[in-house]
Amino acid sequence: MVDALKDKKIRPRIKVEQQGSISFAVNCRHCTEALCVKNCIAGALSQVDGLIVIDQEKCVGCYSCIMACPFGALMSNEEGVMQKCELCATNSHGQPVCVQGCPNKAIVYEER
Amino acid sequence: MHYVLIGNSIASTGCIEGIRKHDIQAQITVIGDESYHCYARPLISYLLQEKTTVEKMAYRCEEFYEKHKVRILSNSKVSTIDPTKKELSLADGSKVGYDKLLIATGSSAFIPPMKHLEKVKNQFTFMTLADAEALNEALTKNSKVLIIGAGLIGLKCAEGILKKVKSIEVVDLANRILPSILDEEGSNRVQAHLEEEGITFHLQDSVAQFEEGKAFLASQKVLDFDLLVIAVGVKPNVELAKSAGIEVERGILIDHHCRTSCADVYAAGDCAQGWELTTQTRRMLPLLGNAFMQGECAGSNMAGVETRLEKSIAMNAIGFLGLHVITAGIYEGEDTIIQSKTGYKRLFVQDDYLVGYILVGDMVDRAGIYTSLIRERTPLSSLDFSLITEQPALMAFAQQVRKQQLGRAQ
Repeated sequence: MVDALKDKKIRPRIKVEQQGSISFAVNCRHCTEALCVKNCIAGALSQVDGLIVIDQEKCVGCYSCIMACPFGALMSNEEGVMQKCELCATNSHGQPVCVQGCPNKAIVYEER
Repeated sequence: MHYVLIGNSIASTGCIEGIRKHDIQAQITVIGDESYHCYARPLISYLLQEKTTVEKMAYRCEEFYEKHKVRILSNSKVSTIDPTKKELSLADGSKVGYDKLLIATGSSAFIPPMKHLEKVKNQFTFMTLADAEALNEALTKNSKVLIIGAGLIGLKCAEGILKKVKSIEVVDLANRILPSILDEEGSNRVQAHLEEEGITFHLQDSVAQFEEGKAFLASQKVLDFDLLVIAVGVKPNVELAKSAGIEVERGILIDHHCRTSCADVYAAGDCAQGWELTTQTRRMLPLLGNAFMQGECAGSNMAGVETRLEKSIAMNAIGFLGLHVITAGIYEGEDTIIQSKTGYKRLFVQDDYLVGYILVGDMVDRAGIYTSLIRERTPLSSLDFSLITEQPALMAFAQQVRKQQLGRAQ
């Protein structure tokens, strides 16, 4: 796997922060008063049933959401438009893949 | 209850959403002078670059107005506001009464007096979709374009049309580009990038006079051009408010509730002058996010739910041909600079607070963490500042704070 990813820029939808023995994953918090949505110039970010979703067709890659998000939870994809964690609700993975794949079971998926 | 909104752009959309959070019944009427669904004006340069389309530019979904039961009077202009009768007179002679009014009249391109400007046939501004469409119609592969103004609008215009024309020259009175958001080093980096892409600058210069197809500069240079774009700046549309006796400074003065000096009249967006956090003064903040949030705040208050807007600051995210720039706040206090060949960062600290930043190139990632430090007035002594100076990261916060940030719904 490490070899397969060699020289390839990885573009994750979550950000793992690490320092010394501490590490944690930062993903979109799906804020109720979402600053990314309020600052999006394209109307590409919206709240659908409590989930913040990106319409990548509408996004122009202006980075206003990167400027606004207090968690640093949005990043650009290969095409220069934004992506972030959408809890795998907009793909076919079901249970979020980071939850399925975390060997230490450090990421959980539950209502809070 | 009848809510009336003058202007159909971002502030009004925020206002509609703000009202409908609390009042799903009462009538909302929006009076706008354009014929389009609400769109964000900063998108017009992306339209010319073909990164979006007129259809995709719609700020909200097609059913938005229907869903929120909004009556739209498009291509309509309000001539006067009578705050005593609570009534608007429209240009077509009709009257519209209101109980609560939002003024969201936006801003217009400012055209300074320039000698013999009237001799230039192909002249444009770059504010509206109609402006962009007219410019796009007029330009050809052989066009030599002259842009007056090296600010956000002028340079976004340049980016939008660069690949479609023969040459672009930009003239500005200032000695560097984007002086409203960048420091000298930031300006130099962006300028070098744009020059590499083929844009020519004439700074600390101005047009002494025009002839058809020719601009004579103060420096004695003579520039030939086919198309002229004037992007010197914007002026808030405040005449309507002023003539109604509403208090106006540079913009329509509003309080933390987005109320004007006149009862039941609110204002939001580029026409308004509201409280700014870091300076605690009322400032013009002609930014899309600010327009939305002021409109939303006004809407909640109009619907009778007290809401205050406390955290407005200047902030800009803008990119030019692959080079991204994000800035926020004010550039005062002690600064820290980090730079490399491909990135530039400058942070500004006053007392124990981050009050501003400039990020260029590969330093822009996760900029919102810095923005949040400014908006939330987070004491820097409460976190690992040397770590967060290096890169914006939640790791820099105390564990307890992080738990709050990541362990709960926000």
